[in-house]
Amino acid sequence: MNHLQRNEKLIQIALLVVAFSAVSILAIITVFIFEEGTPILFKYGFKNFLFGLNWYPTEQSFGLLPMILGSLMVTLGALIIGVPFGLGCAIFLTEFSSKQLRHIIKPIIELLAGIPSVVYGFFGVVILVPFIRKTLGGPGLSVLAASIILGIMILPTIISISIDSLQALPPSYREGSIALGATRWQTTKMVLLPAARSGIVASIILGMGRAIGETMAVIMIAGNAISIPHSVLDPVRTLTSNIALEMGYASGEHRQALFATGVILFIIIMILNTVAHISAARRKS
Amino acid sequence: MDKVAIRAKNFSHFFGVTQTLKKINIEIFKNEILGIIGPAGSGKSTFLRGLNRLNDLDSSSRVEGRIEIDGQDIYGPDINVAELRRKLGMVFASPVPLPRSIYENVIFGSRMAGIRNKKKLQELVANCLKQTSLWEEVKDRLNSSAMKLSGGQQQRLCIARVLALVPDFILLDEPCSGLDPISTTKIEDSLRELKKRYTIILVTNNIKQAARVADRTVFFLDGEIIEIGATDKIFTAPLDQRTNDYISGRFG
Amino acid sequence: MYFNPRKEQKFVQILLWTFTLITVSILFFILIFILKNGLRAVNIPFLTSNPKNMGRSGGIFSTIIGTIALTMMAILIATPLGVGSAIYLTEYTRENRITRIIRFGAECLAGIPSIIFGLFGFILFVTKLKFGWSILSGSLTLAFMILPTIIRTSEEAMKCVPSSYREVSYSLGTTKWQMVTKVVLPSALPGIVTGVILSVGRSIGETAAVIFTAGSALRIPTSIFSSSRTMAVHFYILAREGISLSNAYGTAAVLIIAILMINIITYRLMNRFMKKYR
Repeated sequence: MNHLQRNEKLIQIALLVVAFSAVSILAIITVFIFEEGTPILFKYGFKNFLFGLNWYPTEQSFGLLPMILGSLMVTLGALIIGVPFGLGCAIFLTEFSSKQLRHIIKPIIELLAGIPSVVYGFFGVVILVPFIRKTLGGPGLSVLAASIILGIMILPTIISISIDSLQALPPSYREGSIALGATRWQTTKMVLLPAARSGIVASIILGMGRAIGETMAVIMIAGNAISIPHSVLDPVRTLTSNIALEMGYASGEHRQALFATGVILFIIIMILNTVAHISAARRKS
Repeated sequence: MDKVAIRAKNFSHFFGVTQTLKKINIEIFKNEILGIIGPAGSGKSTFLRGLNRLNDLDSSSRVEGRIEIDGQDIYGPDINVAELRRKLGMVFASPVPLPRSIYENVIFGSRMAGIRNKKKLQELVANCLKQTSLWEEVKDRLNSSAMKLSGGQQQRLCIARVLALVPDFILLDEPCSGLDPISTTKIEDSLRELKKRYTIILVTNNIKQAARVADRTVFFLDGEIIEIGATDKIFTAPLDQRTNDYISGRFG
Repeated sequence: MYFNPRKEQKFVQILLWTFTLITVSILFFILIFILKNGLRAVNIPFLTSNPKNMGRSGGIFSTIIGTIALTMMAILIATPLGVGSAIYLTEYTRENRITRIIRFGAECLAGIPSIIFGLFGFILFVTKLKFGWSILSGSLTLAFMILPTIIRTSEEAMKCVPSSYREVSYSLGTTKWQMVTKVVLPSALPGIVTGVILSVGRSIGETAAVIFTAGSALRIPTSIFSSSRTMAVHFYILAREGISLSNAYGTAAVLIIAILMINIITYRLMNRFMKKYR
């Protein structure tokens, strides 16, 4: 092997090492989070963490159930708001509007995706929470407030990816259906949406992942009470808020318990990611 | 002085399990224009790209046999492939100017080879553009984008780009397909001039072009050389029936 | 019940139009609301003086410095890693198990919530490696967060470069590395820069990961080992602790304007890039 080939080989190896950086970082993060969080999970029992109702970390009570339910409720609420509006927008922009309108609105939506979550949270606190308190009662800081704000936050994700999925469909799908006498809506309902299904589902799962992982906005508007909410007007605490609120002053086992919260959150999201990955892979084939 | 520039000995080529060239034996002489004709899929381009080892870019490419240039097997283990490709410059069917100025395009290969002297490069550019009759047309806008040239001009730019490498050989793979007749004529005239300094190997789908330009012509079919000889002999009195059939258009 | 398809379409059309209108209006409303209240507080002194009294008065200058320092360092770390990974994936291999693993890793990384990054950064950089709450810890954490975006946009940009350019480059006697650096990267540059700028926009708004790694010191940072507060963190603290509503609005306004400008630049860069190759 002459020196030219040797240099090229070295470059290739160096680049391979660099390319593995993303995977390595993922591995390192997983290792560290689990290293800090699992010992206490085993010490007090997985079941106590998952199903316990009381979170008094300084008194060895590590029940996360209210927070797990809180995360799930708020995420579900976000999806209930985000999916109809997001999908509706996407369908409108691809099938029922002019190209110019889409070229104006889509970038605006993507632009607005860049608004930081703390700003959304602030908006929630200043406008939405008092509004809920005045019109519907309760403290205002509630599941409803969090669901609405989170729903708004995941709109750009759902809209963008759904638009891309619908636009990726071959025009022959539309042409063929219209040629058979179907209206545009019938075409959309019966041909396009089923065909774009895996892309749309992937966008929803991505939005779900974003909602479940959101921290700052939720802290500001969800109320952070450690109890299982009985109505959407009750305050709630999510897994993410749990970590962020107490991390500043936690130490010893308390801190480990917060890492354990992180472990559980991590696992939930990894499951979601893998499902999204598989669904997107199905979309490509 | 050996007047044989390239010698192929039982040269075979495979893409994976598909054999594209079957035991090619051929001698290419210095300062000749060799025309390579044959139907699509006959292996003409594969052979041409075997000469500058451009086939290597496909990882399934495999060869047997030898191709000798200056007595050395170009598929030997110690061959500097980059240097080889500078010795055998290639012009493709569609002109591919790089998204740079005309000047930058011409000196691209030379700069990569290490030539930095500005004066030398400027002389090189003028020299090569003159050899392809492009100098007069572009000398006032060397810094403008090469993408703005017409198809014929772009192809002549690509030839100039190859000449700037100071090669020994110029390999052309159907260089005039898609060009207008005037550009084609200009390029063919350039080739006749260029053969005084270089050995030219021209793959062409256009039989008449081979008849106009080539000193010798070789006929490829199904990965084999059927016949090779002086151009006028091949076209007026071919020895093989298949050659005759191809030239008279019975298949193609 | 049988609906007349034309009537059904009309109904759906109006419904969807309404949805879109509501969506766009809400997003606009948020923007205008913040800007209207915030721009009142933004003036030259606000931008050039440091916070006083824990932020009750004064400006946001040190947080601007903190934001810039953190973001620039994160970009400096993530870009070589990201572009290098993209080069490997597009130029040095075909699709095989290794590339699938790399891509899966990058995708998963992209899905991890920022609070987990905050935890990770805290444990590894702040505590174990003893960097403390610092720009170093913060920018390393941020770099890991933006890495997947840079890999993805760089890859897409490089895939857009026509393969004929690569072939021509080889035929002119270049090595693979020369081909990559002198032909592919220059052509892919606008796309790569787009990805980098997008990541800048994201880093600027990031709070959860930053607050646990870079801390929240109010002084102007003096080295990468100094703790520092970013605009987003400052805004969060002001809003949540109820320290100063007007300063909170002002900080939010500056944040949003910065992000909007970045997004607009990105969008126009991307358009120019698309025009060149489509």
